Amino acid sequence: MSDSLVAAVSILFFGVAYGMVLYLVSVGLSVTMGLMGVVNLAHGVFATAGGYVATALMMSFGVPFLPAVVGGMIGAVILSIPLEWLLYRRLYGGDELDQVLLTIGLVFMSVAVCKFFWGPLAQPFQPPQWLSGSITVAGRQFPAFRSFVILAGAVVFAVLWLGLERTRFGAQIRAAVDNRRMAQSVGINTSQLFTWTFALGSALAALGGSLGAEILAIEPAYALEHLVYFLIVVSVGGLGSIRGPFFAALLLGVADTGFKYLLPDFGAFFIYAITLVVLLVRPRGLFGLA
Amino acid sequence: MSATEATPTAAARVVDAFARRHRLAWGELVPWAVAVAAYFLFPDYLALGSQVLATILFGLSLDLILGYAGIVTLGHAALFGAGAYTAGLLAAHGWGEPLSGLVIAAAVAGLVGLVSGAIVLRTQGLTLLMVTLVVASMLYEAANKAAAITGGADGLSGMNVLPVLGFSFDLYGQTAYWYCLSVLFLCWVIARGIVHSPFGRSLTGIRENERRMHAIGSPVYWRRLTIYSIAAAMAGASGALIAQTTGFVGLDSLDPINRSGAILIMLILGGVGRLYGAFIGVPLYMILQDRFAAIDPVYWYFYIGLVLVLVVVFAPGGAFGLADRLLRRVRRSA
Repeated sequence: MSDSLVAAVSILFFGVAYGMVLYLVSVGLSVTMGLMGVVNLAHGVFATAGGYVATALMMSFGVPFLPAVVGGMIGAVILSIPLEWLLYRRLYGGDELDQVLLTIGLVFMSVAVCKFFWGPLAQPFQPPQWLSGSITVAGRQFPAFRSFVILAGAVVFAVLWLGLERTRFGAQIRAAVDNRRMAQSVGINTSQLFTWTFALGSALAALGGSLGAEILAIEPAYALEHLVYFLIVVSVGGLGSIRGPFFAALLLGVADTGFKYLLPDFGAFFIYAITLVVLLVRPRGLFGLA
Repeated sequence: MSATEATPTAAARVVDAFARRHRLAWGELVPWAVAVAAYFLFPDYLALGSQVLATILFGLSLDLILGYAGIVTLGHAALFGAGAYTAGLLAAHGWGEPLSGLVIAAAVAGLVGLVSGAIVLRTQGLTLLMVTLVVASMLYEAANKAAAITGGADGLSGMNVLPVLGFSFDLYGQTAYWYCLSVLFLCWVIARGIVHSPFGRSLTGIRENERRMHAIGSPVYWRRLTIYSIAAAMAGASGALIAQTTGFVGLDSLDPINRSGAILIMLILGGVGRLYGAFIGVPLYMILQDRFAAIDPVYWYFYIGLVLVLVVVFAPGGAFGLADRLLRRVRRSA
């Protein structure tokens, strides 16, 4: 294989893995923003929480990898339900500025809490034994763990899509996104729906946080550090969509990896420029509801 | 149609009520009295005081576009940073005269506002929020990577700022304090004039009901772009003030989350669309931050975050919203 082809394959592989992590973390944000209309700047906090709980379970308690990841998701759900009840509920349909203030406040608090319990440094992450090393496809070696991340992201995407299209819960979410008052008046318990959707989004973020710990290191300021990218995925993908953030995240992941590899002197400049152009041409995102 | 049938006295009362809104109230002089008093009461805190005054100007400029024109932006740092870097680069390359530096910095920031506003103001809502954020991020990355000019992540130093009107910048920050206070006062006079002018009223109209303003033939886009550029120039002046008085421009002056987010928080804490929100919110936030950091240098932002959450839960609308509700309760019980 020629050198440029090798580079292209690597960029594609690492970019897709990165994109999957961005997708897992952001998809919940897209749905909650589309459904409840809350600009939740604190969404990354649930990814951080999931990452910390999972690594703590593995490092300190010797829990195997997969149960630890599930533990992180459960931790995020346990955190998200009371927050939704106590705080987020009062923001639905309310003032945008209150949403910004409250969710930024939550981020500040979470940064301090993470620093208090786990220190200022990034969490060391070791893939489990059965996922370390590499797998060989078509004569090329790929890191096994990132291949697993890609697989997991694709599976979650398929399950979410089918779930949204085929299940009763999915139909209720679609109805509430399209027209909340109408959904309410045909007897859908939207307040309960919001709680469960919020919890589901948080669990997915936690999954992304712990599976992606090798790519986006878990550290106290995680939620703030990567906030712009999460928001880009959501806005370029289109609010309230499952498909949109998936393709937006893949595009962002591959483009970011490519630009940093090919044009390291420009940093993320082109990513922002492309986002700007996309949003100007399609203000509702690539897959947004018209 | 009760308005047309109203008696002349009732009509006169309405006119008077409108006129009273524009008239200078005694309360509006309080911030200036406090600022002058603070100079004599806290001579050891003048450096912090100058920063507070310059940041109030930044908040005031944000209030013009957010509070009056209803433009929710996360990109205000771009304009602040444009002013700061302009003033910094001028002073670092031999143009140390501060007043002309300030004017040039404001003009450059105003131009950046005009050009970027022409693009971002074509969008609305969340898209507008994202587009402003992305534009600020682009400037941040550009300044970060153009380290040969801007100093990159280390910041821009080596500024040589000459005396302002014969007063050199002293170690105690006395000159800096009066310099910042004068510029803030001048910008406040301008901002107050704008807000109460027919132009300012049409901005409020756009904020409240954009469709209706379109329908009555108001050039919505151009009105927004005009105020965006004016506010940009003021934000640039604020950045220039901080650059000139501290002799340093950090990369964080362009940081879209930390700088734009922080000023948004400060303004909301005080109250949006009141012209005086920044005068309460900025000192409140900066003094809280200073105190919390002194008490707990490692975890102080936990307490800041807690304050923000509690404000949304118990005092929506910030300090002014709280004062409104208290006043209403007092009146009702009276």
